[in-house]
Amino acid sequence: MNPTWSRFNITSIVLGFAFLYLPIVLLIVFSFNESKLVTVWGGFSTKWYVALFHNQGLMDATWVTARVAVISATVATVLGTLAALTLTRYTRFKGRMLFSGMVFAPLVMPEVITGLSLLLLFVAVGLDRGFLTVTLAHITLTMCFVAVVVQSRLVTFDRSLEEAAMDLGAPPVKTFFQITLPVIMPAIVSGWMLAFTLSLDDLVIASFTSGPGATTLPMKIYSQVRLGVTPEINAACTILIAVVAVGVIVASLANKRREVQRQRDEQAAQRG
Amino acid sequence: MKSLGSIRRDFAPWNDPNAKPYIQFDKVTKKFGDFTAVNNLSLTIFEREFFALLGASGCGKSTLLRMLAGFEEPTAGRILLDGQDLRGIPPYRRPVNMMFQSYALFPHMTVENNIAFGLKQDGMPKPEIAARVGEMLKLVKLEQFAKRKPHQLSGGQRQRVALARSVAKRPKVLLLDEPLGALDKKLREETQFELMDLQQSLGLTFVVVTHDQEEAMTMADRIAIIDKGEVMQVATPAEVYEAPGSRFVAGFVGNVNMFEGKIARGEAGAASIDAGNGITIRTENAGDAATGAAVAFAIRPEKIKISSKKPAGAVNAIEGEVYDIAYLGDMTVYHVRLDDGHVVRASTMNAARITEDPLSWNDRAWVSFRPDAGVVLTR
Repeated sequence: MNPTWSRFNITSIVLGFAFLYLPIVLLIVFSFNESKLVTVWGGFSTKWYVALFHNQGLMDATWVTARVAVISATVATVLGTLAALTLTRYTRFKGRMLFSGMVFAPLVMPEVITGLSLLLLFVAVGLDRGFLTVTLAHITLTMCFVAVVVQSRLVTFDRSLEEAAMDLGAPPVKTFFQITLPVIMPAIVSGWMLAFTLSLDDLVIASFTSGPGATTLPMKIYSQVRLGVTPEINAACTILIAVVAVGVIVASLANKRREVQRQRDEQAAQRG
Repeated sequence: MKSLGSIRRDFAPWNDPNAKPYIQFDKVTKKFGDFTAVNNLSLTIFEREFFALLGASGCGKSTLLRMLAGFEEPTAGRILLDGQDLRGIPPYRRPVNMMFQSYALFPHMTVENNIAFGLKQDGMPKPEIAARVGEMLKLVKLEQFAKRKPHQLSGGQRQRVALARSVAKRPKVLLLDEPLGALDKKLREETQFELMDLQQSLGLTFVVVTHDQEEAMTMADRIAIIDKGEVMQVATPAEVYEAPGSRFVAGFVGNVNMFEGKIARGEAGAASIDAGNGITIRTENAGDAATGAAVAFAIRPEKIKISSKKPAGAVNAIEGEVYDIAYLGDMTVYHVRLDDGHVVRASTMNAARITEDPLSWNDRAWVSFRPDAGVVLTR
């Protein structure tokens, strides 16, 4: 347990972190660049952030992305939780293996194929591409991730909790909402957050299934970058990074605090 | 008046032909696929009885309890509670409550809300719920823990919350699935007596499932010994111990010495048993076993006397060699290898601090017992 800070270890860590974070640091630093030239430092400024909020195209794309992410994550969480419940509870129905395989296949399916097949479907049924189709596509994409997260929680769920509730007079539906759902809620919330982030940064599937008037932020950024990287894009990305980072840090801190509190409680309980 | 073991004099509805059965398992069979968990089993439990289902794990005793609670439906047969057939009645409409082996406390609720859960389901008015919860907390001595969550409690406290929650609704029958299994030995013994007191003061019918025979013997009015989904014997703890109905029951409950042999001569319950190798056992408890019948003679270790010399006038005395000694403080257990190779277990209460007739390893010794000390088993 005694780490020795050899030269080799330090070099490895520096290289590793540089590899991971140098591009991001560069992006953040240049978002505060005074100069319009992305690669030349011209002094500190926040003007690109101001410009960003006046860029109607980017703001619209952000709004679309946020709505798509919230709606698709919510629907995917409901569907994914139901799928996870079915897969863990009804272990003996016919075709269970097929069903479980089919739920998890999109996890490893290349996004290009998912996107293309969805596009073909939407064209075939004559659905105009736009906000609705992107949202539907994102539900398809993220539902299986939610199912995986919730299922792993349900596997360790003590069924006698539900039996106890029913034994005490709660019908199955009431038992589900008063006992099962609150107990697995943390897993459902993480599933939702995973779905939300996946939808937020998806470019491939959105490109296939989106239409005019429903350009998402990743699509907008990508199309702008093709015309040349502007510091404005850097600023947009920095905000995105900040939002995600704050979310992750807050979630893990809350988790950590709960864990510490729990351990302290348990020790206190053991002492009597 | 002579009697078997200790008795609860004022309570024995099973001996009363007019007593109305409260819970009835009527030829119940339960199959899980090809596996038969419960096989054509019939059982009667009376009101206010403390009834124990005792058996090894996988013998079907928990399945019986779960069928009573409504989590499983019998494949065949009926279960009656107070005359009502329970078939098709879901768990949430049965007037029975269960205390789970894992306690199954709701982790997201406080102790208070756990206990109140069942009462809320019944739509009981709030002030009444509060009063009942307070009463339950007092009953299990957890008043100051009302606002705690289950993970903030010790094992023994959790057990008491589970108990309070399951009796809060005043069920007709309380089912307890290995209620003390997760507690350490000392706490378990204390809790056994608490459970008995609770059952007495609430006047409820308790059905407890356990694999711990000591637990069943301590608490229950009657014990049903279950093996492979069938009832081996239903009797009071004393009867199960002193008058087991079969070789299985004799061997399952407590320690026993068993001699296989043939009834040599029988008249009015008395008989001698030829156990081979020149060993003949004289007993007064042969029952109606026929002459020549293959039987087992079963005798408990504490009913065998061990001495260095042949006791004068002993009806049954067999010589052997001390093979092992275990000193347990309150008693000493001797293993004596008889001259035919049979190993007999004899235990002696250490009623005095000084032993008059000390025995050591490899000493020659005599084991002796009275003719009424053992039982003859035909099954």
